[in-house]
Amino acid sequence: MSDTKKFLYVNRKPPYGTIYALESLEVVLIGAAFEQDVSLAFLDDGVFQLTRGQNTDAIGVKNFSPTFRALGDYEVTKLYVERESLEARGLSEGDLQEITYEDEDDDWEEKPSIRVVSRAEMAKIMADQDVVLSF
Amino acid sequence: MKIGVVVSEGPYTHQAADTAYQFVKAALDKGHEVPRVFFYHDGVNVSTRLSVPPQDERHIQKQWTALAQDHGIDLVVCIAAAQRRGLLDENEARRQGKDAHNIAEGFRISGLGQLIEMGIQTDRLVTFGD
Repeated sequence: MSDTKKFLYVNRKPPYGTIYALESLEVVLIGAAFEQDVSLAFLDDGVFQLTRGQNTDAIGVKNFSPTFRALGDYEVTKLYVERESLEARGLSEGDLQEITYEDEDDDWEEKPSIRVVSRAEMAKIMADQDVVLSF
Repeated sequence: MKIGVVVSEGPYTHQAADTAYQFVKAALDKGHEVPRVFFYHDGVNVSTRLSVPPQDERHIQKQWTALAQDHGIDLVVCIAAAQRRGLLDENEARRQGKDAHNIAEGFRISGLGQLIEMGIQTDRLVTFGD
């Protein structure tokens, strides 16, 4: 494994109801050890994965949303969220968790990992990748 | 071209495992290499050796096992996804204290690192699923 590739994990499904979101996050966490250039995209119902205040007590499954806040420690710092998907669901950036990372190139300043982008920008981000894994 | 393949839906319920199989065969016929197929999500269920479909139906697991043996394809089943769904090889069955194991010949259980490695080492990664 000589070269670094750009990996994009595309999350299109809600956090609960199916296992795709959880098993996507598991790939991201394992993949972090491979020191690739990693980005995550959230669109369609996938934007619900990042909402704040999730509580799964009543459905008896694990609430894994706090794990997103640990991604910075794995050097996963680019979480792109599609604006149109948020708006179509009556959500705005304020409904999402605060997820930050410490920028080692900028005196460890704490910076937001979530970047809300337009659908057109998302298309460019996708076109720019080497490997796209869709969940 | 080196092509990596991901199967992410279960057999018989969903066409993904069938389409992936046809795709791999076609790619090999065209002279491409398919070094590895990675089974994830319900796709891990393809690897059970206990599947007994009616005789006039295709046997998805046997198709994959034969294809892998003919072409030296590494069929990797994600361990975390497999354990959730009751798919164990002999080693894992012993380690987990289970009295049975059910991974078919030609498949092996390994970690998600194998998926990332496949993405790094191949020219294209093609996913079959929803």
